[in-house]
Amino acid sequence: MTTTTLTTSAARTAPRLRTPRRHSVARPRRSPLLTALTAIVLLYSLVPLAWLLINATKTQEDLFSSFGLWFGEDFSLWENITTTLTYDDGVFVRWFLNTVLYVVAGAGGATFLAVLGGYALAKFDFPGKRAVFAIVIGAVAVPGTALAVPTFLMFSEMGLTNTPWAVIIPSLISPFGLYLMWTFAAEAVPGELLEAARIDGAGEFRTFFQVSLPLLAPGIVTVLLFTMVATWNNYFLPLIMLRDSSWYPLTVGLNAWNAQAATAGGEAIFNLVITGSLLTILPLVAAFLLLQRYWQSGLAAGSVKE
Amino acid sequence: MNARPRHLVRGTALAGVLALGLAACGGGDGGGSGSGGAAAPVDTGDVLEEGGEITVWAWEPTLEQVVADFEDEYPNVTVNLENVGTANDQYTALQNAIAAGDGVPDVAQIEYYAVPQFAISEALTDLGPLGADELEGTFSTGPWNAVHSGDGVYGLPMDSGPMALFYNEEVFAKFGVEVPTTWEEYLEAARTIHQQDPNAYIANDIGDAGFTTSMIWQAGGQPYQVDGTDVTIDFAGDEGTATFTEVWQQLIDEDLLAPVGSWSDEWYQGLGNGTIASLTIGAWMPANLESGVPQGAGKWRVAEMPQWEAGQHTSAENGGSSLTVPAASENAELAYAFVDYATNGDGVQTRIDGGAFPATTADLESEEFRGTESEYFGGQKINEVLADSAANVVEGWQYLPFQVYANSVFNDTVGQAYVSDTTLTEGLAAWQEQSATYGNGQGFTVTE
Repeated sequence: MTTTTLTTSAARTAPRLRTPRRHSVARPRRSPLLTALTAIVLLYSLVPLAWLLINATKTQEDLFSSFGLWFGEDFSLWENITTTLTYDDGVFVRWFLNTVLYVVAGAGGATFLAVLGGYALAKFDFPGKRAVFAIVIGAVAVPGTALAVPTFLMFSEMGLTNTPWAVIIPSLISPFGLYLMWTFAAEAVPGELLEAARIDGAGEFRTFFQVSLPLLAPGIVTVLLFTMVATWNNYFLPLIMLRDSSWYPLTVGLNAWNAQAATAGGEAIFNLVITGSLLTILPLVAAFLLLQRYWQSGLAAGSVKE
Repeated sequence: MNARPRHLVRGTALAGVLALGLAACGGGDGGGSGSGGAAAPVDTGDVLEEGGEITVWAWEPTLEQVVADFEDEYPNVTVNLENVGTANDQYTALQNAIAAGDGVPDVAQIEYYAVPQFAISEALTDLGPLGADELEGTFSTGPWNAVHSGDGVYGLPMDSGPMALFYNEEVFAKFGVEVPTTWEEYLEAARTIHQQDPNAYIANDIGDAGFTTSMIWQAGGQPYQVDGTDVTIDFAGDEGTATFTEVWQQLIDEDLLAPVGSWSDEWYQGLGNGTIASLTIGAWMPANLESGVPQGAGKWRVAEMPQWEAGQHTSAENGGSSLTVPAASENAELAYAFVDYATNGDGVQTRIDGGAFPATTADLESEEFRGTESEYFGGQKINEVLADSAANVVEGWQYLPFQVYANSVFNDTVGQAYVSDTTLTEGLAAWQEQSATYGNGQGFTVTE
């Protein structure tokens, strides 16, 4: 006992003598205040999630009669899930598939366009580049909600409202994604590499696909995550574009379920709304966990000079 | 503003209200060029025989069955029933469609308080010439007045919400509280309940525009006067408003109202566990209690809503909606035939069976309807109370032609009385000012 204490204390004091007041990544300084603050932030972000998880296991009656952050009398998670999936002729499944369609086509397309555009803007010189820059930055500042109604009127002229196109086409444009890709490509793809490839006789397409694209992977994943989250959570645009509930994404559909409780003669289905919300966020959680690796390296890119 | 030619002012009002401040561009096709154009009443039989396809935007749940029956009876007609969203969401969608001049439904559900807004912007077909003019006396007074704007009839009443006091008899008995017949007694009852159990309240209220206007309505107030584009808003000098605020301010000051928003999960919880002991609300409430508060079965009862003066029998409307035919509908006659069926024909009984509360006097007065015993309400013949209330609605109430906007800023103004030192009177003054500013901006001439 005594020896261990001695050695550990010796080990603790030894480096401190040599390198006073230095804290490496491996040996971070401990701050109770920071730890406490982090803990609060952690609680703040996890409690709603826990609430959602716990309350998805309750029946409607338990929801009203039991404590919010603990389980009710019946554990009816499976029953809630099956009811959610079958309620109103299984419309939830339809909404889920719609959302997947909008995300694959919208977010996938937006990422594709952002990569092409960002790369071109970063690596090619052409007149008017500064103007493009100004427009992109300006576009980042305009919230999508502000554009929703003008977009609606325009799409209505074209006869595209109340079709999936009305949700997919506006989702294809991601000024922030373009800007991110632009700055990322400027840092991650060295100009010398491109020159070398060109000297070796590679065409622009080959240079892009074989040389640049692998280098851009972390940036692409980052943009993909951003656009995915934006499209998955998109609410206002589909709300005003779509009238046929069979084309609703999950967000608008769940809101319609929630509104039932406030309708004369409507059935309150809070348990299904909660379970539906849980099912709605699961794919996003999965995407984050799976793509986390790329996402992290993406964020750190360019932070250290090599 | 006053120097502008009259028709121009009116034109701006129309365009502005139509777009609800969202988008005044596009559209511009104005009043739908008098679609249908029928000057003679529609022979619904012929129209239905000929058939066709109509789109109905409504969120009312019992309409599903009505549409199914309707299609069975008239196989040549196809009805696309779409739930575009509840209340405000639907109005936004409707206004957008009208502005875009595309995708406007043939029939739209619109709540009574919002009817003037759509009617004055000429977004709706006047159903009078189509046959509605002959329906005088078919519907109870409150809803029938509500679908009128100027000389036109802009919808047919689908349901109605004459107010009544819904109370949890078990809770009242537990605290030894008599059912209040006046608002003074109600205030006493609120004190008794809250004194005995700090968690229990006689009612919930965090500021609800529809409730407040209905209460002022019952007290005989007429803060809104509308004549075309000339609008008067006056809460300060309105006696009914003063009567209401005097009592309600005391409930707020003494913390006698549960700080819970209606229709939230907390609200349903309170109604179920007895911490919210009563509701003064429209007659459509029983269906919601049955489905949303199953624990309350057998405990709830209905009584006449408390009176401002003992011995009176007055009430007001709260909620309720009509079926309208947008002016841009290309099939107005068929649309009218459906509206007629749903509000005045066989659809009424279907909807009553589904738990809706009718607006048709024949049903409200029928022995069968009045005599129905409600199991949820311990076998009470609740329709007697509710139908009597429908007959006692105070006449002369008007909503603003921009009530949807006004209600959207209610919580920023009057709602402050519930959470700060602001009084209801001050809150109402702020509400009046904001409503007037908006109205003037939309081209109305608002006098305060």
